[in-house]
Amino acid sequence: MIHKFNQGGKYIVIDVNSGSVHVVDELVYNILDYYPNMSSNEIIKCLSSDFSNEDIDEAIKEIEILKNEGLLFHKDTYLEHESFKNRKPVVKALCLHVSHDCNIRCKYCFASQGDFKGQRALMDIEIGKKSIDFLLNNSGNRKNLEVDFFGGEPLMNFEVVKEIVTYGRDKEKEYGKNIRFTTTTNGVLLDDEKMEFINEHMHNVVLSLDGRESVNDFMRYTINGKGTYEMIIPKLLKMAELRNHENYYVRGTFTGFNLDFSKDVLHMADLGFKHISVEPVVAEPHHDYAIKEEDLPTVFNHYESLAEEYLKRRNKGNGFNFFHFMIDLNQGPCVIKRISGCGAGSEYIAVTPEGDIYPCHQFVGNTDFRIGSVFDNTIDKDIYESFSEAHVYNKEKCNSCWAKFYCSGGCHANAYNFNKDIMVPYDIGCEMEKKRIECALTVQAKLSEEE
Amino acid sequence: MKHIKTLNGATLVKSAIKGGCGECQTSCQSACKTSCTVANQECENK
Repeated sequence: MIHKFNQGGKYIVIDVNSGSVHVVDELVYNILDYYPNMSSNEIIKCLSSDFSNEDIDEAIKEIEILKNEGLLFHKDTYLEHESFKNRKPVVKALCLHVSHDCNIRCKYCFASQGDFKGQRALMDIEIGKKSIDFLLNNSGNRKNLEVDFFGGEPLMNFEVVKEIVTYGRDKEKEYGKNIRFTTTTNGVLLDDEKMEFINEHMHNVVLSLDGRESVNDFMRYTINGKGTYEMIIPKLLKMAELRNHENYYVRGTFTGFNLDFSKDVLHMADLGFKHISVEPVVAEPHHDYAIKEEDLPTVFNHYESLAEEYLKRRNKGNGFNFFHFMIDLNQGPCVIKRISGCGAGSEYIAVTPEGDIYPCHQFVGNTDFRIGSVFDNTIDKDIYESFSEAHVYNKEKCNSCWAKFYCSGGCHANAYNFNKDIMVPYDIGCEMEKKRIECALTVQAKLSEEE
Repeated sequence: MKHIKTLNGATLVKSAIKGGCGECQTSCQSACKTSCTVANQECENK
């Protein structure tokens, strides 16, 4: 299977199954409309009004060389590969809901303004410790483990966060593991003491900010209705500085109200942030802020213009990283990971303040998906296996999609929220993801030109 | 080649050989928390 697209003056061809990416000229791009279904003579007939017969013949020969080298029209054989068949998922990452409470209100909050449709609650240290024990006891031979402090707003329970880190640091030695702690925060409670602790102990920090002041404050405001931008910007900037502009993301959400989100990304870059991730909101169409199918052309235009500006700034020496444009063509994740996907419900689980286990943070609160508790150290096998088997070959739409080894089947929670089935991906999300991949590859193609 | 410039070879095929160790970062934990882009993760077993 191949996928080809033309963006920013580049003709790009992806050989889906080998992972090879080619920049081609217009002639090869056109030939691939017909090859391999037509003979060389038939292709020459189709294209001879625009190209010389010699050139067409020469280009077809180049295509055939790549095909013979396994770089075009490669067959998909991974389903039968030993590494895939023998994979044994174990729990290696926790999303620890240390606070089901939040000090701000966000219109689009999937956590129902922090309480996940339940009681506002903070995790106590005993549940925190049991969660760490659960991870250590269920992680098999995996050395690198992850614990993300999440909420609600995790800094509302910072003393417990500190205690859990201390406990984890002691226990990881005992078990011969390496726990990478991370946290997500809205920044309101960041002060010098918390920043110091986080910078000493957290491998990554996700700082929530939506972009321009008006955009941020329309969606993210305090309990009294005051926008958060003015309050958090100095804190987030200080945090980024203290981390030497490494291992953090400012992370925003864009909605139907700011389809021109590229301006928000650039605003964050202008503020001085170097690592930026801005994601489309996931919301059903009845919400006024939802992104609808008819919005997609606008969204695509903004991804394209962002890619152009991203390159321009990089060339001028004031570049920044945009999470979705980062693709390492040579040393990215292995194909086994790409088939298996995000790992929710198999390698990655969320734990509530009460110690209940869910497949991921997005399922918390939907008791149909409660898969266990850190108290009894067991997991519902049926739910666990259904998530473990939710890989790209078992999702009909993904199986025939060119993007399957880039997105790995998408978000199970989005699929469930829209289609009531974790095996049926969320279409609008898929379209945006495909556009982001095309932009990322265009960026790579243009960077390679400059080398 | 005159008409084709290859940016990268058969990286997926090669990656399968010693793939699946599972030591890499969980994609959803990295920066996004809502939508997956797995291809921009790093391999821990280069």
